[in-house]
This record gives sequence, structure tokens and C-alpha cells, in this order.
Amino acid sequence: MSRAALLVLADGRFPAGGHAHSGGAEEAVKAGRITGAADLEDFCRGRLHTAGLVAASLAAAAALGVPARELDAAADARTPSPALRAAARKLGRQLTRAARATWPSDELDALAREFPKGAHQPVVLGLAARAAGLGAEDAAHCAAYESVSGAATATVRLLSLDPFAATGVLARLAPEVDLVADAAVEAAGRVRGEGCGALPAAGAPVLEIGAEVHAGWAVRLFAS
Amino acid sequence: MTTAGGGVRARARILARHRAPGGTFLPVLESDGPLALRRTRAGGDEARVVLVGAMSGPLGGDRFEVEAEADTGARLRVQSAAATLALPGQSKSEARYDVRVRVADRAELCWLPEPLISVRGSDLRVRTDVDVAPGGRLVLREEQVLGRAGEEPGRLVSRLTVRTGGLCVLDQEVACGPGAPGGWDGPAVLAGHRAVGQVVVVRPEFGERPVAAGRIGDLCVVMPLAGPAALVSAVAADGLRLRRLLDEGLAAIG
Amino acid sequence: MHLDHPHASSTALSADARRPDGRRRALRIGLGGPVGSGKTATVAALCRVLRDELSLAVVTNDIYTREDAEFLLREAVLPPERISAVETGACPHTAIRDDISANLEAVEDLEDEVGPLDLVLVESGGDNLTATFSKGLVDAQIFVIDVAGGDDIPRKGGPGVTTADLLVVNKTDLAPYVGSDLGRMAADAKAQRDGLPVVFQSLRSERGVTDVADWVRARLAAWTA
Repeated sequence: MSRAALLVLADGRFPAGGHAHSGGAEEAVKAGRITGAADLEDFCRGRLHTAGLVAASLAAAAALGVPARELDAAADARTPSPALRAAARKLGRQLTRAARATWPSDELDALAREFPKGAHQPVVLGLAARAAGLGAEDAAHCAAYESVSGAATATVRLLSLDPFAATGVLARLAPEVDLVADAAVEAAGRVRGEGCGALPAAGAPVLEIGAEVHAGWAVRLFAS
Repeated sequence: MTTAGGGVRARARILARHRAPGGTFLPVLESDGPLALRRTRAGGDEARVVLVGAMSGPLGGDRFEVEAEADTGARLRVQSAAATLALPGQSKSEARYDVRVRVADRAELCWLPEPLISVRGSDLRVRTDVDVAPGGRLVLREEQVLGRAGEEPGRLVSRLTVRTGGLCVLDQEVACGPGAPGGWDGPAVLAGHRAVGQVVVVRPEFGERPVAAGRIGDLCVVMPLAGPAALVSAVAADGLRLRRLLDEGLAAIG
Repeated sequence: MHLDHPHASSTALSADARRPDGRRRALRIGLGGPVGSGKTATVAALCRVLRDELSLAVVTNDIYTREDAEFLLREAVLPPERISAVETGACPHTAIRDDISANLEAVEDLEDEVGPLDLVLVESGGDNLTATFSKGLVDAQIFVIDVAGGDDIPRKGGPGVTTADLLVVNKTDLAPYVGSDLGRMAADAKAQRDGLPVVFQSLRSERGVTDVADWVRARLAAWTA
């Protein structure tokens, strides 16, 4: 395993489409729920312990070799918002393309055949980690971190927030990202014995509702 | 009912069965301790049951279980007489409230209890597990109110899992109150709202013709799930406003 | 081309010249350039001229969701199923250069849904002079500037002006009103572009988009040869 491979996968510039998504920050900014760095931190913390935990556990389980079909269905059940399901599949498809070009693997090819329109992004992330020779801990860390980094970057653009303040938010959340990744790996390890019900199902009602509201806007900067 | 380990264990059961022509009877209607079930006047071919007892609990350490099953072709409606209060108890351990709902082919079950109110100092874990057979129909509402008026909530973790034809279509857990993971009250999760709720509707025809996604006000939406089911999801300042939103969402589904 | 690539399968990775079924994919031409230079108007004019002789489709990259796509739909230059909008998260240059995955998917979906296609025009959102298309996304690119944006733009250069396969100087009819010197623009462009072609056009003139359309036809002939 190469530690640097994790840096490649986790790099915000990894060309897998994330730049066009705000993780719900665009709607939250417009609704006045995020007005500055303090709100952004609260927002990211809530996102991390809900959507982030679920994504990290799906990624970890995929990295451990749990079949993508089962994990994708589990992701659907944990994502009530059809707009978020569509966004997750879109990003999953883009990540599949980028990962196949970066770390050619039979498993990723099989995934592309099974899900021509994309599997949920965290599931693809887990398989990409596997193809890169990384483990479940790496996949979980990557997914947990992505669950907050995208929203922070988007908020910099949306509010012209001081980029140092946004990066400070991410740094302060780092210990919690570690805890979430650990919990995700622990849950993923139980899937083989207990099925996908062992995966966390932490929901964020306002994120799901906001995603539907955002999808109805005629004019927006971000895809989700 | 038993009392052991500093808490009360109680298990109530309802079984509804179809009886030709056009009726539903209740071969099993078992109350237990604080979980008291009453049959009320039937509405057409639908059997109606009211849960009257849970007012005083669950307290810390209690374990309540309710099982409701609608057998093939039966129609059952379960309501509660008043809100359920999660209260602090003598025991330091968490209280548990497990609900299991089974809906068979051509059966219909409406699970419409009053809200659960998480009182300051309480610690409750709710697990609602629903299985709907391919031809079954379900309406299930759950509402959580965080604290009585002006009061801080206790700790509440509530997970709802719904399967249709054995496939999971909804798996959602909400955790809030002291000790819940960070950010639960923040702009991504509850955004300071004190009431959160959802209504799941399962109908076989949604497999072919899913409901259209729609918006009811700022913080309530109707969403088609990935299967023959739809969800109304809302947050609101209080239980009354929440109920209005959920009712409106349910009406939008038709 | 990666037809013998051990991992080639259901979807092409990026610039492969053939689709997974072995057919040659459509030629992809990118149109970039600053805000308001007339990219969308040029795309619309190209569609009107070429739609009867070619099977074509358009992908737009907007700052605000679907504005350019909506314009093309209103103008009815192509049936709606031949126009696809990519959302760019406030960074149109990222979507055409640094992270092209959403655009590649839009192109492939168009080929799947309304194909076979001869030509796909990929229009960038209005951006700055450094915004160019990735070679993984397009086979050739057109950079559109206009005389009203300042007649010193060709002299300033930048990747779009110097390296685009075709430079279009648009709205030449406005030159007298904005005091732009077309002769100077032509000389500067020639100096900057090392022999690459330049077209001066006014979509309001009778000649309209003819020169650009001819250039596109020549690229297409070379592509299918």
C-alpha cells in the first residue's frame, strides 16, 4: 500500500466532478442558515456525523469487498431525497471514469458495466481505494473528509468567505473526521456477518429537505 | 410485564385478520402493563386500536415492545390516545422502545400515533422496523418533539427501517439531544427546530408510478423513495406545526 | 485509441476516438471565450447552418445552471433532446479543463440517446482569457473574442488567443462604434498565433457564420477521413 495513493484519491483536484457540488451549502446559504465561518463549522459537523458517517461506512464496506449491488441499495435506503440519490449516482459515475483511468482494475470495469449510469459515489470511492491498493480505513477517511471539504470550498465561493477561515474549520473538524472514520470501519466490518443493516443510517432531515428545495430552483451555481 | 434491572419490560401485540365478507377481526390484542390496547369502533372493514397507556413512560431502563401485524387482506389502524413522554428514570441506562410492524399481501396498516416527546434528562432509543409484503399498503407516521414547551430535550435516537418485498427502501436514524453526535441542532440536521417527523406511505402502484417530488412550505417535502414508497419529511418549530405540514404532505400524495 | 486496452469496456474513458461498440464517435469542437463575446450566438448560427447536413448536438457549460441551454432552446436551433446543460459549480473553466468528467458524460449520453452524431459542439461558460478546453474533452477548439472587448486582446495573448485551433473575432460591425482597429487586431493575432487561422465575423452581416462553418466542415472531413 502506498500512503501517497491516498493523497491522490483525496486530492480536491482529483477530476471526479466534486467541484460542481456544494453538499447542500448553496441552499443553506440562501436560506440564511450559513452566514459565516461559525455556521459553516456547525453545518459541516452535522454533515460529518450524518451523511459523512454513512458515506464513510459505505466506502469502507466497498473497500472490504462487500458487493457493490448490496451497498448501492443500502445507500438508496439511506438517501430519501431523490435529488441527492441522483447527485450521488452522477458523482459515482464521474468517479468511476476517473478511477478507471487512474487505477485500471477489473473490479472497476465490472462496476462500470453493472452501473452504466453510476453507483452511489461512496461505494465507487471504496472500490477506487481498493483499486489503488488502499484499505477500508483509507476509504472511510477519504469519504468522511469529502463530506465536509466540498461544502467548505463551496461556501468560500458562495459567501466570499475568507479561505483561511474555511480551512480552519476543516482543521478543527479533523479529530472528529478520524472518529467518524473509525466508527465507519467498525460498522463496515460487521456487514459480512450481519448484512447491510449493520451500516449506520444517520440522517439529516434539513439536508434532505434542502436538497429537494435546491433541485427546484431555476437558477443555481451548484448541481447539489 | 416484568420489572428487572431497574426498568419495566412490557410487550404488547396486535394481530389483525381478514374475515369474509368485508371485515377485519383481532385474534390477538395483548396489552401489557403500561402498554394498554383498546379496540375502538371499526370504520368500515377496518379494525381500529388505540394505545392508551404509554403516557407515563418509557423511563430510563424500561424496555417496551409493540408488535402490530395485518394478515393477508386485513385492514388495521393503530393510533394513540396521547403523546408518549420519554422521561428520566431511576436507572441510568437508556430506555428502549421497539416497534415491529408487519403488513401482508393485500393488507393495509395505518400506524398513526401521537408524537413522542423527549423530556429533559431522558434517554431513549426507538427502533421501528417495518416489513411490507409486495401487495401490502402502509401509512406510518412518526413525530418527535424535543422537550416540552421551552424545555431542553433529553437524548433521543430513533431509527426507522422499512422493507417492501424484503428490500430495504428506507433506513433513517435521527439522533438528538445531549450526548448526540455533534451538529444535531445545527444548520445541516435540525437547524434549531424542535419538532421533526416523517410519514412513510407504501403502495404497490408506486413501483410503476412513483409520486412526484414536491415541496410543502420551506421545510417539508414529499419524496419518492427508491421502491414502491414515498416519504413526507418535515421539521418545524413545534409539534402542532409539524402535524400540519405532515398532513398537508400526505394529502399531496393523495 | 485504446481498443486493445486490457480494461476497455462499457464506457470510453475520455478521448478514445471510438465508442465502446467500435463505431467512430462524433467530432467534438469546443467554443470558449470571454463573457458576452458571442459564443452562444455563434453556436446558434452554426446549428442553423449545419443541422440539415449533419447530425449534431450541443453541450453548454453555464455559470448559472442552464441559461445558455435555455437560450438555444428558445431559439429552437435544435430539438431539445439534442441540447444538454452541464452544471459547473461557479467554475466553468474547471468543467472544461481540469475536471472534464461531467462534460464527457453529457457528450456520451447525447450519443447514446440521439446518436449516431457527426458533431458535438461544447460551449464553455463565459470565462477569462486563460480558459481553454482539455484535449481529453474536445478534438479542436474555437476561441471567440469580440471587437467591443478591446482591440488589444489579441496583443495580450493568453492560451485561448494563442493556441485555439480557430480564433474568431466577433461583432466586426461594431468596430467603428467602439473605436476598435480591425487591422491592428488582425496583425496582433497573426503575430501571436504562429500561422493558426483567424476569422473576423459579424453574425449580422450576410456572410454571418459561413467562414466558421466552413472551418468546421473541414475539421469534420479530416476526422472522418
